[in-house]
Amino acid sequence: MSEIKTVGSDKAQAADPFSGPDSHGHFGRFGGVFVGETLIAAVEELDRVYSSMATDAAFWAEFDKDLKYYVGRPSPLYLAERLTKHYGGAQIVLKREDLNHTGAHKINNTIGQALLAKYMGKPRIIAETGAGQHGVASATIAARLGLECHVYMGAEDIKRQSANVYRMKLLGANVVSVESGSRTLKDAMNEALRDWATNVDNTYYIIGTAAGPHPYPRLVRDFQAVIGREARQQSLEQFGRLPDGLVACVGGGSNAIGLFHPFLHDSEVAMYGVEAGGDGLETGRHAAPLSAGRPGVLHGNRTYLMSDDAGQILETHSVSAGLDYPGVGPEHSWLKDVGRVKYVAATDKEALTAFRALTRMEGIIPALESSHAVAYAGKLAATMSPDQFLVVNLSGRGDKDIHTVAEIDGIRI
Amino acid sequence: MSRISQTISSRQAEGRKVLVPYLVAGDPAPSLTVPLMHALVANGADIIELGMPFSDPSSDGPVIQLGSERALKAGTTLKDVLAIVAQFRKTDQATPIVLMGYLNPIEIMGYEAFAEAASDAGVDGLLIVDLPANEGDEFFAAVRPRGLDTIFLVAPTTSESRLASICACSTGYLYYVSLKGVTGAAITDKADIRAKIEHLRSITELPIVVGFGIKGPDSAREMAALSDGVIVGSALVDRISYLQPGKVYTQDQIGETVALIGEMREALDA
Repeated sequence: MSEIKTVGSDKAQAADPFSGPDSHGHFGRFGGVFVGETLIAAVEELDRVYSSMATDAAFWAEFDKDLKYYVGRPSPLYLAERLTKHYGGAQIVLKREDLNHTGAHKINNTIGQALLAKYMGKPRIIAETGAGQHGVASATIAARLGLECHVYMGAEDIKRQSANVYRMKLLGANVVSVESGSRTLKDAMNEALRDWATNVDNTYYIIGTAAGPHPYPRLVRDFQAVIGREARQQSLEQFGRLPDGLVACVGGGSNAIGLFHPFLHDSEVAMYGVEAGGDGLETGRHAAPLSAGRPGVLHGNRTYLMSDDAGQILETHSVSAGLDYPGVGPEHSWLKDVGRVKYVAATDKEALTAFRALTRMEGIIPALESSHAVAYAGKLAATMSPDQFLVVNLSGRGDKDIHTVAEIDGIRI
Repeated sequence: MSRISQTISSRQAEGRKVLVPYLVAGDPAPSLTVPLMHALVANGADIIELGMPFSDPSSDGPVIQLGSERALKAGTTLKDVLAIVAQFRKTDQATPIVLMGYLNPIEIMGYEAFAEAASDAGVDGLLIVDLPANEGDEFFAAVRPRGLDTIFLVAPTTSESRLASICACSTGYLYYVSLKGVTGAAITDKADIRAKIEHLRSITELPIVVGFGIKGPDSAREMAALSDGVIVGSALVDRISYLQPGKVYTQDQIGETVALIGEMREALDA
């Protein structure tokens, strides 16, 4: 038996726990590359290309230019005064990713990855989507670059998010309804992986969150880290200091890791990742693997998952399609285990209450995903003093969710 | 020498090809799997690949996905899969069994517990689709001391440098994937498969068995001519899909369901 190459967290992560991933994509025991052999060449190619682009000034200049002139960055850091008064306690400051072109943070990532697709000469892009925000962001950038685009979406989610489905079609994308498994985001991701294995020669797979096999968790984080870099600088400019805490919702976790990552070494800044508590963690009907799951392997990486005692992936529940995913990006699993970020959950009910509060008190209709972060921030703020402040990532706007909310209210629109 | 290696070398000595059917354990009901396995052997199967059903089989095409869903719907767990193997072994100690599937159920059971249970049940080899060799140190440390073969896929896209490391970690046989895509798709480029397998022969002495896309006697014969044998999965799982989970079948009816394997055996031996 010949010796097998040993992989695992490297010495750099022992010295600095926030330096991950290592060259094999590990954040401690999490992350890695757990895909079939049919996909290995594709992820290795991407890793090679991204590793060289990561230090290429021209690549990042093009990325920054698109973020400024196409997305409209930087997004404002906005002090929500009436909401602060409502919750009482620490000031609530919103990072307005909802104001980005296409209405969510997702576009930061799709611009970066579409640039990679262009550099790699791949004319066809595929994406998976849950709420449809990532699908819309992918279809948008595909339209702009003239790329063929196919978006995999669970049949269940297509029903919940018909407006986004139509937006994608308007943008020229082919929306593929996924009928297998639970017919939600995880199944859409399985189907996208199958497409990629089949069309690997001409296809780039734009994963929508900081999960999947290495190098996706790394590159999605790097593209989303613009959120945290801006928020850090804006905090210093507008408040003269760093925030006391950061709050972001966590589904796959890309908006959260984007906000958190540039602050990881600022030990005075507390961090809270808010998962979808659904009907409540105690009911089992939720989508909170970090709060109530266990480590396992799915979709190319080792991470916290919701699985049963036999190792089958559980169906999740959340009022927000974008958080309805049984896994989470591996860096979050690592940040949980090293204790740098506290992961909590907000229920559907709490999120809906926060959705209404923000809408009525600030004139900002938030995405149901982001409403989870607002809900927890409200609770947290009430335990803090008025001279403290929290930065809450308002990762997306809620236009896409008005049908869901109306239905809950028993109103047909 | 493992039961897998013995079986393949005796076929090679006879100048015959190895026929390896794949079915999902518990599809459509756990009680039907052992009769199906015996029927496969009666129809000329040399090795059986037994799929461990998983909720998210992202390397599999639609036919095997549905097989996996049926098995899970019937309540099949990894423990049930091992019990199926143990039951099969009571009356067949000769036919090697390879468990094929995804890592998560094994992670949740625990590598040591799984390795011990698999070995006790009479499993011969393991093919974990989403566990590449370089992520497998802990897993190998648990399964190898128990004499279980570790089988890996080689894809048309596998790089030269990976080929060497995959061959070094593989025991039993190499599973050559005949196409870019998922299980059950169509083979398009035979010349490329021939060239790739010839190249593999130059770097390893392991037997090479071809799978993904073998649908009937003709494609089995064509692929076997290039290799040491063939794996047939989707075409068989498709036939098994006509069985009803609640129904009782005679061994003859079960035999008819897997008659395709007999036809492939004839084609390979002709």
